[in-house]
Order: sequence, then structure tokens, then C-alpha cells
Amino acid sequence: MVELLVNCAAMLAGLAFLLALYRFFKGPSAADRVVAFDVLTIIAITAIVLVALTERRAIYLDVALIYALLSFLGVIVVARYLERGL
Amino acid sequence: MDSVLGLLGGLFLIAGAAFLLLGGLGLVRMPDVFNRIQAGTKATTLGTLFGLAGAACLQPDWALKLMLIGLFILFTNPISSQVLARAAHRSHAEKSALTAVDRLEDDQGA
Amino acid sequence: MSLLLTAMTFVLCIAMIVAALVSILGRSLPIAILAAGLVSLVASVLFVILASPDVAMTEAAIGSGLSTFLFFFVLGRVRGGERDGEDESGSEHG
Repeated sequence: MVELLVNCAAMLAGLAFLLALYRFFKGPSAADRVVAFDVLTIIAITAIVLVALTERRAIYLDVALIYALLSFLGVIVVARYLERGL
Repeated sequence: MDSVLGLLGGLFLIAGAAFLLLGGLGLVRMPDVFNRIQAGTKATTLGTLFGLAGAACLQPDWALKLMLIGLFILFTNPISSQVLARAAHRSHAEKSALTAVDRLEDDQGA
Repeated sequence: MSLLLTAMTFVLCIAMIVAALVSILGRSLPIAILAAGLVSLVASVLFVILASPDVAMTEAAIGSGLSTFLFFFVLGRVRGGERDGEDESGSEHG
């Protein structure tokens, strides 16, 4: 039962990943792509937690922790780049 | 494994993934950059927090580390969304035709 | 490897190949840098699926964090000297 629920959650997250990927490749402006990149990073955090749940290994959560720390750094750098005129 | 806590964790995971899906759908369907920022960031933040809560219900030993991840997401995600929205506004991003009022531009123009 | 991880690997591999193609063939330089960061992100999740969290941590910190930071920093510095990122439509030599 729990396995089934985890699989369903992974499927929904995969669908969200595909939608955000569509916006990343389609997005008319650079800001759209940066938003899509941010959303893709957050979905990747959830995907890593789901993989850790499936494999039952707590060490995988460290990767999610690093992403939670670093995801906003890239977005802030890109935003600084966009602010100085594009 | 099929305890009440496990079932509750699974339902939390499903709810979180559904919020992620809604965030992705908003990212595709919304008309301009600012709407996409608020759809993509708010919904996915809530979805990730639900997912982490569900994982903490399924594996109670991991609760501390999962709480740390959730705390970082709760701090950094609004910051990045705000910085990105400000950058988009300053670089004169295209607004939707349905935009009724832009107080920031009024303030800067005056 | 369960069915879930196999399906996840399949989707991630497709995404990685498309992002790499966008990064190589795209005309705009910032979008190419973002696509390279996406390749690194997907590679990191694949490393986690392949049971090597240490490599995934390194890839996350350096590939997705540091190199994107460095590329955009340099791109902001050399803006006067390069032409690829400035015009989105023209520029045949990009």
C-alpha cells in the first residue's frame, strides 16, 4: 500500500517535471527559463527524497540538503545578471 | 509498515506531489513572467514541504534532517522568487494584457 | 532496480539529452548556460539513482552551483566584448 502511494507520488512529480521542462525549453524570455530552472531544482529535491525512501538509505538526503542550500544561489546570480539590462 | 503513520505519510506524499503538479501546470498555463513566478514558487514550496512531512512520517528516524531541508527551502525559496521578480520588473519584462495596475511602476514614475 | 527507478532514469535521460542539445545548438548564451546547469542537475539525480551520493553531492555543488555562478559572473564582465548573448534573433555566427 505504502509502496503504491510512493509510486503514485513519483509519477505525479515526474509529470510536474515534464511540464516545467516544457516551459524551460519553450519559455520566450530568459526570466521564464530561470523560473522553470528553479522549479526543476525543487522537483529534483522531492525526487531525491523519493529515491531515498525507495532505497531506504538516509545518506541520500545529504544531496537534497545541498540542493536546498545552493538552488537560490544560482537564481540570485542570474537575477543580478538580468537586472543590469538585457 | 502498513500502520496508520505509514498511510498518513503516503497521503502526505500524494498531496505534495499533487501540489508540485499544480505548480508545473501553472508554469505552463499562466500568461506572463510574474504570474509564472508566483505559481511556480508558492505551489512548489508547499508541495515540497508536504513531501518532506510525508517522508518524515514514513521514516521517523530521518525527521531531523528532513526538517533541516524544509527549513532551508522555507528560507531560500521566497528570497529567490522575490529577487527574480524584481529583476524581471527592472528589465521591463512583458506584462500580460490583463494586467490592471502596476503600483511599483507608478511609484518609480512619480 | 525497481520499476519506479527505471522509469525515472528513462525520463531523466531524455531530459538530459535534450538539455545538452539546447546547450550546444542554442543561439543565446545565457540560455545555453542555464541548459548546461540543467544537464548537471539531471546528472546529479542520476548519480543518486546509481547509488553514489558522494559523486552526486560534488556534481550538485560544482556543476550546478559553482560553474553556473562562474559562467554568469564572467558573462556579466565581458558583456562589451561579446555579441552572442545580446541579440536573440540575428547573429548567424553564433
